[in-house]
Amino acid sequence: MNFLRFIKESFKIILKGNKYYYSWIGFLLVLIIWGATGYIEQFNEGLIVTNMRDPISWAFYIGNFTFLVGVAAAAIMLVIPAYIYNWKPLKEVVIFGELLAVSSLIMCMLFVTVDIGNPLRIWHMLPFVGKINFPDSLLAWDFFVLNIYFFLNLGIVAYLLYTLFYKKEYNRKVLLPFVLFSIPMAIAIHSVTAFLYNGLAARPFWNTALLAPRFLASAFCSGPAVLLILFQLLKKFTNFEIKDEAIWKIAELMAYAMFLNLFFFGSEVFKEIYSDTEHMVHFKYLYQGIGENNDIVFYGWVSVIISFIAFLLFLIPKTRKNIVTLNLGALLIYFGVYIEKGIALLIPGFTPDVLGQIYVYRPSMTEIRTSVAIFSIGFLIFTLLTKVAVAIIFEDFSIDSIQRRKRLD
Amino acid sequence: MKKKRDPKNTIDISRRNFLKATALTTAAAALGGCGTDMKDFLQKHFKEMTPADKKEVIARLEDKYLKKYGKEFSISVKEPLDGTEFAYALDISRCIGCRKCVYGCVEENNQSLNPQIHWIQVLEMEKEKGVDFLHSNLYYEHEEVPHQGHFYLPVACQQCKNPPCVKACPVEATWMEPDGIVVVDYNWCIGCRCCMAACPYGARHFNWAATGLDKEKVNPQVHYLGNRPRPKGVVEKCTFCIQLVREGKYPRCVEVCPVGARKFGNLLDRESEIRYILENKRVLVLKEELNTQPKFFYFFAT
Amino acid sequence: MRVSRLHRGIIFFGVLFYLLPTRVLPVEPPAGIQVPPPPLTDGIFPCTECHGEMEPNRERRVLEDAHDDIILKHDEKNRWCLDCHDAENRDMLHLADGRLLDFKESYKLCGQCHGPKLRDWKQGIHGRRTGSWSGAKKYLLCAHCHNPHSPKYKKMKPEPAPEKPGGLK
Repeated sequence: MNFLRFIKESFKIILKGNKYYYSWIGFLLVLIIWGATGYIEQFNEGLIVTNMRDPISWAFYIGNFTFLVGVAAAAIMLVIPAYIYNWKPLKEVVIFGELLAVSSLIMCMLFVTVDIGNPLRIWHMLPFVGKINFPDSLLAWDFFVLNIYFFLNLGIVAYLLYTLFYKKEYNRKVLLPFVLFSIPMAIAIHSVTAFLYNGLAARPFWNTALLAPRFLASAFCSGPAVLLILFQLLKKFTNFEIKDEAIWKIAELMAYAMFLNLFFFGSEVFKEIYSDTEHMVHFKYLYQGIGENNDIVFYGWVSVIISFIAFLLFLIPKTRKNIVTLNLGALLIYFGVYIEKGIALLIPGFTPDVLGQIYVYRPSMTEIRTSVAIFSIGFLIFTLLTKVAVAIIFEDFSIDSIQRRKRLD
Repeated sequence: MKKKRDPKNTIDISRRNFLKATALTTAAAALGGCGTDMKDFLQKHFKEMTPADKKEVIARLEDKYLKKYGKEFSISVKEPLDGTEFAYALDISRCIGCRKCVYGCVEENNQSLNPQIHWIQVLEMEKEKGVDFLHSNLYYEHEEVPHQGHFYLPVACQQCKNPPCVKACPVEATWMEPDGIVVVDYNWCIGCRCCMAACPYGARHFNWAATGLDKEKVNPQVHYLGNRPRPKGVVEKCTFCIQLVREGKYPRCVEVCPVGARKFGNLLDRESEIRYILENKRVLVLKEELNTQPKFFYFFAT
Repeated sequence: MRVSRLHRGIIFFGVLFYLLPTRVLPVEPPAGIQVPPPPLTDGIFPCTECHGEMEPNRERRVLEDAHDDIILKHDEKNRWCLDCHDAENRDMLHLADGRLLDFKESYKLCGQCHGPKLRDWKQGIHGRRTGSWSGAKKYLLCAHCHNPHSPKYKKMKPEPAPEKPGGLK
């Protein structure tokens, strides 16, 4: 069994496809080039080309980073029932969850890299070579857990595909400890990212113990939404097989996570309104506006409303099993949580700032271009990895099929 | 029948070697061409530099500043003085909000003019409401100050004893020196801005673009950890004029204040003004509940 | 009463010693408080150049013949010029008990009414600080910042406000 051979053959797979495949890849490449040229301006001029300033020093990039960490953590939503309870219908599709995690983590790391002022100095964060401030700094913790989770998922999925490719049975005894370890790691990555925010006593909007549970709940209800849509697409365009029961089960688990998410949100609302301290001003900025400043009120309410609608759609079995409402719910929860972890998390945390001043932020063109490039890179990686996985799992792409084709030549 | 190809012989060795040679030469040329950039890139953390390392870094920086600003810079790496712990006190019964401290500081500490960076932020507050940040105004403009019914609260780095920014920095680019000043190694900072999110006083400022200084007005007496011109993409803040106080002088804002609202001294000196203030006046610190233990005190003289 | 020659001598020198320090010799500054020269208007000092010849007029009035440029706004209902300036010796100020005071120590005069300020000033916490935090303190006289005739601090035009980061409302 030659690992390099496996990589080489898989590479050949991604070069072959139908016209939809090529046009999708082409579209992504165009977006990447358009976006990357925007980033080059930022690299040369500095972050002044974004609209971040001293009062709002983290914005679009870090918002996207936070959301994508949640998506990465959500892969575990599928791992727990599949491996712990040995639930057959989910086993094959767990691989896609982990591939999604790998792609999301690459996007996360890219978002952090484009956000920092001196990307070339990122080596300062490496242990031993640099001077990492562990265990005091939460970003140092994030560096470790994200990398561990990344390599864990990459390793697990590579191993699984590799054994499938060579038509061998994977060694459960070797794999299971790593898989089990990835469960607390998934919880770790999102908790540590939450701690990055809630450890800051200076920002009362974030300085709540409930932030880590909220992050996990919203991650577990939005990440699998991507997979739900993906599985239906693959079912249509490839030989991908997945039973309806599996999809409905995922949706059901998501509904429970959504309930928790809404309950945690409700708890925060109660505390802010009932205790009625000055700290409520951030909450007020998000849902009511302060004076003339009501720029994000629309987004605050949209996020709450569509999350609630999605919850109902997934909770009620009839709408859960209906293909239209199921997909509608998946889209709604995805965007609901995207806003909740992006605009509705970052901006109210910084507005009003610690000295009571208000700065109105809107992403600049550079930020949008760079983010589009990074999302496109993530989508591209995910597409390529999925193509290989689908070929190996569902299209009988293996060492045997290659040798069979060679013999025919 | 297809000719069987021996894998070892079919690869065109000369072409492969040619490509290899080209790649290596290009890399070597690129690296060699940016010799000083490489030294900048690989520079160690300040706390890990030997005195010889520091000398070399200073020489390189002085050379760079000479080329850029046309002035001979003198970069100090003076250590903290023994038996000192600096503290600051600001008399809010005296401050009239004239902002002379703001601009004095800008000149002394080489703050960027464009984009504008001010280390000191003077907040105008209403006497009726007291110290209330939510109703304060940073951008006041009047014909004369003090404006009727208002008082003024200048805020800069509080040089906390328990600094949240030092905790948050992932690369230890900021730390508290033994004499109590929280400093930044501008050549180590990666610009992640965790410290800015952590600071409850808005005291840390980011170089969103390359600093725009006035060559005529640049102050060439600098300290490595203090007022030397900063590169883009790093965080900066008040350092109690480390280049002055370690030479026994007052920070610039203290000297420039026309009403004598600013007091500075060594907490470990029983006879200092700062000790007298702490022992005899009504003193407060900002956001005390956050337990940052600032060394910047506000008091009311009468 | 018959007073012996010895007793007369004692009384004479006693009175002399009493009067000398309080009426003739100025009060010595305590060690340490060195100040720059008092901010007297050019050409006005020594005052005895004019006042040496004149009879002191102790009547409380608004001055018309000279010094009419001085606006007195310093508890003017209860105080006027000769409450601080010595009538006999215009080159000196005087304390409440009559002791003469050089302009160099005018802070003692101000401190009679403004006691807490004087205490703070001596400690270095009232007034501008320049020089060294660890060395000898550099002091200024009260009169260097406060015009003793109308001491209320004039308002001043502030320096420009900081630029609002783009998008600030």
